[in-house]
Amino acid sequence: MTRFIDIGHLDDIPTEGARVVKTPLGCVAVFRTAQDEVFAIDDRCPHKGGPLSNGIQHGRSVTCPLHNWVISLESGMVEGMDEGQVATWPVEVRGGRILMDVARLDQAMAAE
Amino acid sequence: MTQHIVVIGAGMASGRMLEHLFDAGADVHVTLFGAEPRGNYNRIMLSPVLSGEKTFEEIVTHDSDWYAAHGVTTRFGEHITAVDPVAKTVATGQGPLSYDKLVIATGSDPFIIPVPGKDLPGVMAYRDLDDVERMKSYAAKPGAKAVVIGGGLLGLEAAAGLKAQGMDVTVIHLAGHLMERQLDPAAGYLLKRELELRGIKVLLEANTAELRGTDHVEAVLLKDGRVIEADMVCMAVGIRPATALGTACGIACERGIIVDDQMRTVDPDILAIGECVQHQGQIFGLVAPLYDQAKVAAKTLMGEEAAFTPPMVSTKLKVTGVDLFSAGDFADGDDREEIVFRDAARGVYKRLILAQDRIIGIVMYGDTADGPWFLQKLKDGEDISEGRDTLIFGQNYAGGAPLDPMAAVAALPDEAEICGCNGVSKAIILAAIAGGAGSLAEVTAKTKASTSCGSCAGLTAQVVALGLGDDFVIPAEAGMCGCTDHSHEDVRRLIVADGMKSIPEVMQKLHWTSSGGCAKCRPALNYYLLCAWPEEYADHAQSRFINERVHANIQKDGTYSVVPRMWGGITTPDELRAIANAADKYNVPTVKVTGGQRIDLLGVKKEDLPSMWADLNAAGMVSGHAYAKGLRTVKTCVGTDHCRFGTQDSTGLGIKIEKALWGAWSPHKFKLAVSGCPRNCAEATCKDFGVVCVAEGYQLHVGGAAGMEVKATQLMCTVATEEEAIEYCAAFYQLYREGARYLDRPWKWIDRVGLDHIIEKVVEDADSRTALAARFFHSQKYFQTDPWAERAGGKDAHEFTPLADLTQVAAE
Ligand code: SRM
Ligand SMILES: Cc1cc2nc3c(=O)[nH]c(=O)nc-3n(C[C@H](O)[C@H](O)[C@H](O)COP(=O)(O)OP(=O)(O)OC[C@H]3O[C@@H](n4cnc5c(N)ncnc54)[C@H](O)[C@@H]3O)c2cc1C
Ligand code: SF4
Ligand code: FES
Repeated sequence: MTRFIDIGHLDDIPTEGARVVKTPLGCVAVFRTAQDEVFAIDDRCPHKGGPLSNGIQHGRSVTCPLHNWVISLESGMVEGMDEGQVATWPVEVRGGRILMDVARLDQAMAAE
Repeated sequence: MTQHIVVIGAGMASGRMLEHLFDAGADVHVTLFGAEPRGNYNRIMLSPVLSGEKTFEEIVTHDSDWYAAHGVTTRFGEHITAVDPVAKTVATGQGPLSYDKLVIATGSDPFIIPVPGKDLPGVMAYRDLDDVERMKSYAAKPGAKAVVIGGGLLGLEAAAGLKAQGMDVTVIHLAGHLMERQLDPAAGYLLKRELELRGIKVLLEANTAELRGTDHVEAVLLKDGRVIEADMVCMAVGIRPATALGTACGIACERGIIVDDQMRTVDPDILAIGECVQHQGQIFGLVAPLYDQAKVAAKTLMGEEAAFTPPMVSTKLKVTGVDLFSAGDFADGDDREEIVFRDAARGVYKRLILAQDRIIGIVMYGDTADGPWFLQKLKDGEDISEGRDTLIFGQNYAGGAPLDPMAAVAALPDEAEICGCNGVSKAIILAAIAGGAGSLAEVTAKTKASTSCGSCAGLTAQVVALGLGDDFVIPAEAGMCGCTDHSHEDVRRLIVADGMKSIPEVMQKLHWTSSGGCAKCRPALNYYLLCAWPEEYADHAQSRFINERVHANIQKDGTYSVVPRMWGGITTPDELRAIANAADKYNVPTVKVTGGQRIDLLGVKKEDLPSMWADLNAAGMVSGHAYAKGLRTVKTCVGTDHCRFGTQDSTGLGIKIEKALWGAWSPHKFKLAVSGCPRNCAEATCKDFGVVCVAEGYQLHVGGAAGMEVKATQLMCTVATEEEAIEYCAAFYQLYREGARYLDRPWKWIDRVGLDHIIEKVVEDADSRTALAARFFHSQKYFQTDPWAERAGGKDAHEFTPLADLTQVAAE
């Protein structure tokens, strides 16, 4: 099951930048690429929890600001020699609005 | 059927074996026991962790995600003491666990000299992370004294690390020279001198009699009666293979657990690898052979053919700035000859030991570039009689004319060892390229070359360049990063020559190989562009590291630190009150006086930054740029205002310089100091630019640093007036801003271009100086604005506020 919620406008995020969405499961980093694609992943580096929204974005990857791990925005996988993965969140852009699937939140809340 | 493999010891050997097993897709389930409360890490990099050059996180080789991905059951923190080879079970805290195959990889135990006092608190070995942390905890006490017993590889790395942590360090060594197993007396002497220059005391022929202390170690007593005070003692006198478990389960052990060429013990279902084993009478203490053992053991477990033959190993000391290399046998002997080269001024010593026209031993100190080339000849048993006259000058001179570095790499035979730790030869790198690896990063990921101690990184890059051939035009200088083969210098030149004004334009015109660059090249390009076109270029925030994007330093927990500028280190009661108020208002957990003569408010929440800055602005304070590749601090001493020795107004001049220079961006940070006399209380001679006031004026010193490398400045010139001091300073800064590679401090850039170049452009050629200073002050018109005020005023608000808050979105 999916449930998409409007989290803002594409232009609220600078190109090649990121913003944070606060959720009960922690912050989610929402990235906008140079090609105006949008990706959302947990804002916690699998290494030591670095805030990925603060990293430098390049292509479809982000470099963590704390120790330079590189994480794929598409798959959440850590690239290069390091190993690990961040959870990704489905997002869509419709008519300039960014929609994020919060089904995972619902499940987590229901489980409580 | 899936085999259950139990591995005891999560060290370097077993970690590598597991990688081989999983890479080959072996049908196994692994349970991994480790006595340490953590998984596999790169033990050989503990020394950089001790010295503070690396964090533990950076040396972890396998983390919990990796184990999970490969279905490894991890049992860290469990020390295994018994195995039943008949029932094929391991005794664990949770009862017996059966195995199909058992792998013992327990490494070795540090040897503790049996002297009175060896069990006192404060006496430790150097083997694992706990030891490192214990040592560091002593370093926290100012002026703490450390004694390291043992002047071998491990002891000296410990000594250098403790020294880097600020301790007062003495090394006690039994033999007549340091590292006697790897070095001859001449090289041992050079090494001792180098360590002494760094402030480490070295006592040779010193035999420990006793460790003294009541409830903690307090001193070391030597047999000759000398007493050395100690707050902690590190014993690094050797290792013993950890055979206890082997003995307990009844498999044959001598010095180590005896294994055959397939790494099997006498029990075919029990294998052993690593420092705990003995193979054909030999035991091991370096990783290269262990990695080979790991590979063989993985094959044996999968039922494949493989046999271990011990490789010839060479030694390096991982102490930053110390270059030594040794291999083979270098004892004197009647049947031996030697070739020696010395350059006393540069501290270079090279010695080849020959027997029957073949190299059998190598000792090099100070310049070790040719080490691998000699080692290859040693391994090959090559007859060197032909080129013997020039042999000692190394590869570049072989055959007469010096060759270019790539030709030298091309001439290396396929078996030539490139990475000693991982046993990666030239052939393996070339095979990886033939197999599709198309970049340096891919090659290192595939082969592991240069991923352990890293000292072969340069050579690895050259072999990769060779292998990629036409696809990889060999740049005169290394490319800026993986996205381009153009060097920093070329990119800077082309930006100006071609009038390029944006990052996408540079990437397009210079054929960047990635679409959006990477975290290395983007910040560099952003800087090069803003330096070239101060009036036109629009700073690209997304190409800046977070600190420079939000104008504060990110902390390890994601909060930030805030350092307001304190001109020349001078403050007022009002400023202090405003700082105190801000600290209270925003619940700042730590207020600290920095090493740069100002105050740091640490642990501020990101969303609080703009309003905190507004408060500080209101009290007249601006950003200290403590996060910037730009102008940092100007430290001063009290000077003529108060000091009985002051010759000039050092405080006043420092403030004037800081007011002139603040806000400027540069390739790396730029720090200054002004001292009122040659007693130099502001430490001007280890700054990027330092002024030392003397009776006749101002000495201007350049190219100092006191970070990872400590560099004393060189004197550029002496000027008579404050105005000149400021002008020369601006001109020097501009020359650096325009010429240096991104992330090179001035000293590195001066090493590249030479002090003469600086003196010519800044001192001798008055027109050049005026023009440089003019360009600097022109650029300052655009950059001397307080970034905090801008953000307090609403700029980049998106950085400090969430896009959306879903914490209240309840489930439907
Ligand atoms: C706050 C301070 C330590 C302190 O509590 O005293 C400090 C803190 C940091 N220093 Fe420093 N350095 C501080 C004075 C120094 C000094 C002493 C000095 O300036 O006289 C040095 C040695 C002198 C020198 O630079 O030559 C120093 C040499 C370094 C280096 C090594 C530079 C090098 O060339 O090797 C780094 C790493 C870097 O810049 O790449 C560094 C980097 C850092 C960073 C920015 C690490 C980082 O990237 O996160 C630290 C930020 C901590 C934080 O979150 O706030 N810090 N750092 C000092 C701030 C001074 C100020 O008022 O601005
Ligand atoms: C500070 C330092 C610097 C070094 N530098 C270099 C270098 O530059 N180059 C180089 O080639 N080598 C270097 N070495 C040596 C290198 O680290 C070792 O050769 C290598 O780690 C040995 O690997 P191993 O797997 O055999 O043992 P280890 O890596 O020691 O792993 C053995 C593990 O088994 C665990 N264990 C032991 N007994 C049990 C038990 N009964 N139950 C459960 N777990 C157990 C231990 O706690 C340990 O974690 C260095 C070593 C140190 C300490
Ligand atoms: S403040 Fe400087 S010396 Fe201290 S831990 Fe950070 S970088 Fe290292
Ligand atoms: S926390 Fe991200 S790289 Fe370390």
